Amino acid sequence: MTQLERNEKLIQIALAIIAFSAISFLAVITFFIFFEGTPVIIKYGFKNFLFGMDWFPSEKSFGILPMIIGSIEVTAGALIIGIPLGLACAVTLTEFASKRIRQILKPVIELLAGIPSVVYGFIGVVILVPFIRDNLGGPGLSVLAASIVLGIMIMPTIISISIDSLLAVPRTYREGSIALGATQWQTTIMVMFPAARSGIITSIILGMGRAIGETMAVIMIAGNAVNIPHSILDPVRTLTSNIALEIGYSTGEHRQALFATGVVLFIIIMILNTAANIMSRKMKGQN
Amino acid sequence: MRRFIFVIIILAVFTTGCARGFSDKEIIIAGSTSVEPFADKWAEVYMEKYPNIVVNVQGGGSSAGIQAAKSGVADIGTCSRELKPEEKDLNEIIVAFDGLAVIVHSTNKTSNLTIEQIKQIFSGQIRNWKEFGGKDKIITVVTREEGSGTRGAFQELVMGKTRIFKGAIVQDSNGTVREIVANDPNAIGYISLGLVNDKVKAISLDGIMATDENIITKKYSLVRPFLFVTKNTPTGEVKDFIDFVLSQEGQGLIKEEGLIPVN
Repeated sequence: MTQLERNEKLIQIALAIIAFSAISFLAVITFFIFFEGTPVIIKYGFKNFLFGMDWFPSEKSFGILPMIIGSIEVTAGALIIGIPLGLACAVTLTEFASKRIRQILKPVIELLAGIPSVVYGFIGVVILVPFIRDNLGGPGLSVLAASIVLGIMIMPTIISISIDSLLAVPRTYREGSIALGATQWQTTIMVMFPAARSGIITSIILGMGRAIGETMAVIMIAGNAVNIPHSILDPVRTLTSNIALEIGYSTGEHRQALFATGVVLFIIIMILNTAANIMSRKMKGQN
Repeated sequence: MRRFIFVIIILAVFTTGCARGFSDKEIIIAGSTSVEPFADKWAEVYMEKYPNIVVNVQGGGSSAGIQAAKSGVADIGTCSRELKPEEKDLNEIIVAFDGLAVIVHSTNKTSNLTIEQIKQIFSGQIRNWKEFGGKDKIITVVTREEGSGTRGAFQELVMGKTRIFKGAIVQDSNGTVREIVANDPNAIGYISLGLVNDKVKAISLDGIMATDENIITKKYSLVRPFLFVTKNTPTGEVKDFIDFVLSQEGQGLIKEEGLIPVN
């Protein structure tokens, strides 16, 4: 073995160690959350914990159903707002806008992704919440406010990945479609979208991941009531904000119950990611 | 020559290190985040007066403070609610009183409620201001998060065994509760009396305003003690520090900050 080969080998080993250390962090986090969280789930019963309606840790009542529903509602709301706006923006920039406009707008949109979430939350509290309270009623701190802010927060992710996947569609697809007499709009809807499908779905999955995991902005604008909201103007608490709100003061079983909330969040995200991955792979197979 | 200087420096570093280690006494205080700013104030002034004592103040919450005192991790645990029966084996010293103010928006016409009415509002039985002669608007109830000492005191003093209703907005600090009540014309919340400002209106309970005088004479009922808890009867530096806190000077410091002195 020459000196060069030996060096090559050493670098390979070092890189492998680095790659595995990233995975081992994940393993440690997973182990720790489950180790801290599962005892309290077992003690109070899986069903009582997951489907309980009452969250009063001081009275040893740990039910997180309202927060599971809260997380799902807020995320769904964010997707309802973020997907149409994001896709419309991506299509405009790739299909209809000139190259120059795209060159200016795309970096600006990517800059949006870099704004810290507390800033989004602050703008939500100062502008959006009073607007909702004065014009639509309710306390303003609501499912609607959280959905709008999260919808805006996930737009950069959806836009930039969708743009990349639309641009990656071979030119011949578009040219062929137009040659057959389709309008630009028909081409976009019937040719470009299906061809870029897996990239667009990936962008939505990543956006959804950001929405469900977002904590700071949600704490500031969602109102955090542990209650299943009757309307979109009611306050709501998500799983992530439950952990962040109460971890500071919690002790004993209360603290464990917060870790158990983390376990549930972990499982929900795993399920969503797996489902989305399978879907995206299926779509790719169809092409 | 250079080596000589080096040795001098090393010696200097070590000896000063030792000097600090031997003559400086450290007092560790941990617990309630409501008490923390006031304990910081005491510590700051005390360390100026007695430079060889280091007072280290940490947060963590009332329950954590009691745990820390029990296990001996902290010399003094702080607590912003009454001790529970199972915690009574600790030695407790009341260092100040803090009023809890029930606050509403500055334009709210309601200026007086009975404790019973407040209980009905926070339990969700009464949901509209018109029941008290106000506008026909849904009441926005704002409360603190589970585990907070302020919530614990409010629960004990007003709610008793009744639960705070689930539709109430939850915020995790006195400041954010005040911010929401200051901006929402229909909101009601509760915060530490020292933190009431002119953006919100403190309402009187059973006709009694939350003033220092009414709190000292025990007319105003929403008063909670700020406690220092220690494992055993305090001695040495810890006793000296507590004596300072309870002295005229120590009590004067917190009066400036809006708390009610003990004597």
